[in-house]
Amino acid sequence: MEVGPGHFLLAKLDDVARWAQSSSVWPLTMGLACCAIEMMTVTAPEYDIARLGSEVFRSSPRQADLMIVSGRVAQKMAPVVKRLHDQMADPKWVISMGACASSGGVFDNYAIVQGVDTIIPVDVYVPGCPPTPDGLLYAVNLIQQQIREGGRGGVLARG
Amino acid sequence: MSTTERPTTPPEPMTPEIVSREGNSMVLSMGPQHPSTHGVLQIMLEIEGETVVKAEPEIGYLHTGIEKSAENLFWTQAQTVIERMDYLAPESNALCYALAAERLLGIEGKIPERAQTIRVLFSELTRMASHCVWLGTHGIDIGAISVFFYCFDLRENLLDLQEAAGGARMHPNYVRIGGVNGDLPQGFLDRFDALLEKFPGRMRDLRGLLQANPIFQDRTIDVGTLTPEEAVRWNVTGPALRASGVAYDVRRAFPYCGFETYEFDVPTRTEGDAYARFLVRLDEMEESYKILKQVRKRLDTPGAVMIDDTKIAAPPKETIALSMEALIHHFKIVSEGFRIPPGDAYASVESPRGELGYYIVSDGGNRPYRIRTRPPSLYNLQVLKHIAPGNLIADLVVMIGSLDPVFGEVDR
Ligand code: SF4
Repeated sequence: MEVGPGHFLLAKLDDVARWAQSSSVWPLTMGLACCAIEMMTVTAPEYDIARLGSEVFRSSPRQADLMIVSGRVAQKMAPVVKRLHDQMADPKWVISMGACASSGGVFDNYAIVQGVDTIIPVDVYVPGCPPTPDGLLYAVNLIQQQIREGGRGGVLARG
Repeated sequence: MSTTERPTTPPEPMTPEIVSREGNSMVLSMGPQHPSTHGVLQIMLEIEGETVVKAEPEIGYLHTGIEKSAENLFWTQAQTVIERMDYLAPESNALCYALAAERLLGIEGKIPERAQTIRVLFSELTRMASHCVWLGTHGIDIGAISVFFYCFDLRENLLDLQEAAGGARMHPNYVRIGGVNGDLPQGFLDRFDALLEKFPGRMRDLRGLLQANPIFQDRTIDVGTLTPEEAVRWNVTGPALRASGVAYDVRRAFPYCGFETYEFDVPTRTEGDAYARFLVRLDEMEESYKILKQVRKRLDTPGAVMIDDTKIAAPPKETIALSMEALIHHFKIVSEGFRIPPGDAYASVESPRGELGYYIVSDGGNRPYRIRTRPPSLYNLQVLKHIAPGNLIADLVVMIGSLDPVFGEVDR
């Protein structure tokens, strides 16, 4: 993108669309466990995810672009998570937040799905138990970068 | 506002088959992904228009098998998973479990004074932090968003203290069997002082935002009313019970960690509605502030923070290089933990949600034989199906918020 003489902007439509899309990644309101509290914290003044354009948590999967799997996924919850992911419109992204969502964490037992990537595709993993809000912000940054570079789930790519 | 008569006996348990479609009514599933169910609660609702006829909470969407997992860990390691039950008040869980284990070990009277004070400090900090999250999310449910920002700003200060002492924001694992893990770090007291200074002003802000707010009052007064008899019969504890006029607080009734030596009131209201619960919780935060001020005075006295018994606590790091016995004890504690004599014990504390209890059984080994939790949220939540019928769906959201369930604890 470059600013031309006389205050107008020259850019490729693709770039503009990517820029717009990467600046408005709306997450789905889906809190699972402890990590969800830290997910809420990123919207609070200290971290303020609004700076990245992602403060609009949508309650309906139809309006969300990003699913933050915030916490342990119980066997009973797994079908629900899968279904919510299916209901989200393409292109969509998934952040696996915390040790539990990424690998089962400290709960290597009968009740917890050992990594949410066994049921839905994950774009970014955030380590920690719970990850700090900064960690989650960085993960959103990575998603934005992916979008700008036209990686998986790039602007005009579907499916 | 309740218009229909409520049944006086507990209703029949409702299975999905009993939820049926008759006449004008319709069955609606609310949750488990719903912004106002505070986690993963699903409620099977039978509604007539906007009015709830029957509400059946469906739990288990966060069942983690924590009690089972804990059986495979050493006594001290089990604390790690136990903290993850009530994730808004991890230190209450850790403390309660430690108390039960100490009772079984017979070392209740031997915990150093300073360790007790620090435990009180963290159980009150965690109560404030938990109430902050409750108030913020309750506000959002009702449509008052700015409260959330004030609450989480205050919570950030509380978590900073936890992080300074325990090394993690949310699950510090700081309270241990036999005391606490290390003394408070340098500079902690200055930060603590800063918090104590900031708190009263922040509390005024929080009250100012909601207490006299006519919309908030309209939404909460006379919603989800519980009489004292009902509250007792349904086993409700914590702020929800005290809002109905029963002054039961474990800190008063069965003092632990020296709570009997602190001066504080047990705030109660008699209305028993969502607004009363709101007031009780705010008052409670102020009482916690009172306790913290007393804690601050006692923290000036230095002392040991871990029991002086190398069979339970690892000896101080400095001694390991100098003494063979210390090295052996350290190695033993780290590699195989300690054993607890066979038997069972129960201990309870006042968590931000009510009476939290741990019943533990030991077979004499270095791992728990069985751990059973009495989670206050579970018992508080079950009253929902009693108070919901006859109310609007919008009021249901207020009721869930005012009972303040945490699903990590309900489902475990
Ligand atoms: S990763 Fe840790 S904080 Fe997050 S849900 Fe799992 S146990 Fe809780």
